[in-house]
Amino acid sequence: MSETRKIAVTINGKRYEEEVEVRWTLADFMRQQLGLTGTHLGCEHGVCGACTILFDGYSARSCLMLAVQADGHEILTVEGIAPSEEQMHPLQEAFRDNHGLQCGFCTPGMLTTLLEFLRDNPDPTEQEVRIAISGNLCRCTGYQGIVAAALDAAQRLKAAKEAS
Amino acid sequence: MSLRTFGNRVGRIEDPALLTGKGRFIDDIKWPELAHAAFVRSPFGHAAITAIDTSAALEVPGVFAVYTAADFAPLLKIDRLIVGLPSPAYRQDVNRPVLAKDEVVHVGEPVAIVIAKNRYIAEDAAALVNVDYEILPAIGDARAALEKASPTVHRGAPHNLLAEFDVAYGDVARAFAGAPHVFRETLWQHRGGGHSLECRGAVARYDANEERLTLFSSTQTPHTAMRLLCDMLGWDEHRVRVITPDVGGGFGPKLIFYPEDVAVPLAAILLQRPVKWVEDRREHFVATTQERDQFWDVEIAVDSEARILGVRGTLIHEHGAYTARGVNLPYESAQTVTLAYEVPAYHLGVKLALTNKVPVTPVRGAGQPQGAFAMERLLDRVARELRIDRAEVRRRNLVAAEKMPYAKPLKSRGGMQVVLDSGNYPEMQRMVLDAVGWDDFRARQLAARASGRYIGLGLANFVKGTGRGPFEPVTVRLGPSGKIHIMTGAAAMGQSTKTMLAQIVADQFGGAMDNIVVTAGDTAVIPMGMGGFNSRQAVMAGSSAHLAAVKLREKTIAIGAKLLNVSIDELDIDAGFVHVRARPKIAASLGDIARSVAGIPGLALPGGIAPGLETSEAFVRDEMAFANGAGAAEVEVDTETGEVVIRKFVIAHDCGRVINPMIVDGQIIGAAAHGIGNALFEWMGFDADCQPITATLADYILITSTETPHIEVLHMESPSPLNPLGVKGVGECGVMPSAPAIMSAIEDALSPFGVKITRTPIMPSEILAAIHAARREKLRADPL
Repeated sequence: MSETRKIAVTINGKRYEEEVEVRWTLADFMRQQLGLTGTHLGCEHGVCGACTILFDGYSARSCLMLAVQADGHEILTVEGIAPSEEQMHPLQEAFRDNHGLQCGFCTPGMLTTLLEFLRDNPDPTEQEVRIAISGNLCRCTGYQGIVAAALDAAQRLKAAKEAS
Repeated sequence: MSLRTFGNRVGRIEDPALLTGKGRFIDDIKWPELAHAAFVRSPFGHAAITAIDTSAALEVPGVFAVYTAADFAPLLKIDRLIVGLPSPAYRQDVNRPVLAKDEVVHVGEPVAIVIAKNRYIAEDAAALVNVDYEILPAIGDARAALEKASPTVHRGAPHNLLAEFDVAYGDVARAFAGAPHVFRETLWQHRGGGHSLECRGAVARYDANEERLTLFSSTQTPHTAMRLLCDMLGWDEHRVRVITPDVGGGFGPKLIFYPEDVAVPLAAILLQRPVKWVEDRREHFVATTQERDQFWDVEIAVDSEARILGVRGTLIHEHGAYTARGVNLPYESAQTVTLAYEVPAYHLGVKLALTNKVPVTPVRGAGQPQGAFAMERLLDRVARELRIDRAEVRRRNLVAAEKMPYAKPLKSRGGMQVVLDSGNYPEMQRMVLDAVGWDDFRARQLAARASGRYIGLGLANFVKGTGRGPFEPVTVRLGPSGKIHIMTGAAAMGQSTKTMLAQIVADQFGGAMDNIVVTAGDTAVIPMGMGGFNSRQAVMAGSSAHLAAVKLREKTIAIGAKLLNVSIDELDIDAGFVHVRARPKIAASLGDIARSVAGIPGLALPGGIAPGLETSEAFVRDEMAFANGAGAAEVEVDTETGEVVIRKFVIAHDCGRVINPMIVDGQIIGAAAHGIGNALFEWMGFDADCQPITATLADYILITSTETPHIEVLHMESPSPLNPLGVKGVGECGVMPSAPAIMSAIEDALSPFGVKITRTPIMPSEILAAIHAARREKLRADPL
């Protein structure tokens, strides 16, 4: 039925060469074809932010991109955030310690959005954090735990940087 | 010494998987040969189906099947979803079909299911299913639907009255006849959808070898789903298993059993191939149940000191096109009105009206926020008319602490006496007032006004029924691995149910959370379950888990005493071992203890011990545990744009003993934010033909991080006497005070204009309209 193209994309440091249908979204390709189901779909019209990934280091909605657009690019998803199987990233630890998640469905998009934000703004104010995640919906937390987690993560990342 | 987990800020056992992308949600369930479904849904609010032609859809390459009601009929012993909670109030039965046969009664009602290689192809083909409709009149306004001349929501129905009942006590006519003051309010209350970030889904597989159907569903009530599937298919219970995987938020709508929960398994049976359907957000707006309109006409009688003499009125509740849960939602609204206050006489006449829209069922709070809203609006009116401080009016009428337990002359939906079991309501109000700075606010308000800024403060109290019974079973088992397994009919949908149960059980086994495995939401592991709704699981499942764990601990220690040849008084459990308290090296591992009663062929069990280490309990409690609280909001209203900014938000809450303060705060804050969204943003709109006009998240506004204030939470712990843990539910409570406190604050901010608010939600355009109307009114009264 549908035309396909061959693409090569690096996701979480791993290179994939895949034949994809040209109309498939990037999110569906990652979730269904590659089995990377950590990225979630909450609205499929670009509002909720659950599907946010880092595309060449910049946050992007994977529900609004086609898989073919990822050809030759590098992607980071929630599965690639932790440095190892045993250890979580400081941002993930901060989410755990500040009750930054309840059902966990919006979490992948919150984490990727905040990774980019804290990279660009390592010492943010509460209001800056709120603005940074204002494109990501969460129905569980009232955002308060997420904001606290982001501020805590900034401190942890700063401490880690100073230590190294 | 054992660590105590109950009452502490223990980390959640759910978190590691969810933070690293290893959660398993409904759309992550996968089998070989999995086919994908898309539904053909009604594009009309009301129409007759005259023909369905599936031939073009079937020709699309990759399409496996298209099924309509006619294809499913031979498999169904019962062809409707009969799910309404029992009540004598019904005036007609309107149960949903799996797929519409000859009439559709709301936009989004499923008509056919297309199964294909993938969802893209399934949706292509769904668009090619040709359904001939004959459009019929659609009725969307609940008040108009009850008028005699109204067209009916269902063809051939006698009328649109679904049910009617009264909630009443005392001599209300007498209370009003002699009252010095009577004030009347006409209120419109609207709440929208649940809008969990994850939509619904169903993945079904029929295994011909086992002759068994397995349904993964994002349901909050897996055991109910299993029972209904068995009923509808006419199958024995052992042939159906329902599993709820990780659920990305529930908030009410996922407790409902849906046509898709039947259609997807039927397709899997017919096709002999596993089938997945995951709802998209557009479908969520038209096919997942919602709350919507309530029209209240209420009046309050008070004496000259603002003491309440009576409350009476009517409520018209929009029910939608079918009964998907029952009369519970407006019943809870009606029951909640007077709870927090001493009201000698009460009468609310309630009518449920059918409309041509997706069915109405509970969203977080389940009608109780609307009951509180009605009462709090009336009390603000009393304060304004009698020129008494709003907090003082409430203080004079709140049920006093020394009257607890306080029997309300009310009967619950199940016919049980309503008894407020514990709490100190006036003190709760005082805590909130202190925290928000109520007493010195006037000076700040006047100073702000002097600089052209309109700030206001509002207050609301609430009492919320929680812990809906009668029971929720829990089995606790110590396995040969040394791990403690908790199995429950309770359902986790993001509210930390697994951590809550693990904390309660861990308390009996030395506090090690990582030694506990919780299985919730799988009908194969426990025969009965009710599931997640009505802030009930900590109360009901938590109590069962506690009772079961205490018994399991006793048996574990008894076996340990036999194995170690010591007396039971000398033993404790810690770090995976039963050990002698005074000499910790004399110990037996939990695994060894489990093995010792697992049975070895031909060998006797340790003296007098029954086989296995498993206990099951189902704590039974019909009466509800009533949580309470108060909320206060400070707002600033921009009189040029109508925008409302919440500058401060405080909520005080009493859920009895707190199991985990981190989780309780998270529940309260999240629910309060939901309530703020209900007050200021969420509106599910329909046009005159019952077409939804807010069917994307760009049109239907969920509150975001920049509009949500920092929410300050205060606690009081009045243990409930109704369960062994002393707990009350918390999940829905935070919703309760948001809308009434915010409306009170907006009115207060705009008091120079004399603006009155009789609705929720209120949007900027309506605030501007109210300001303009009040200005015009003032000009008319006082032209110069």
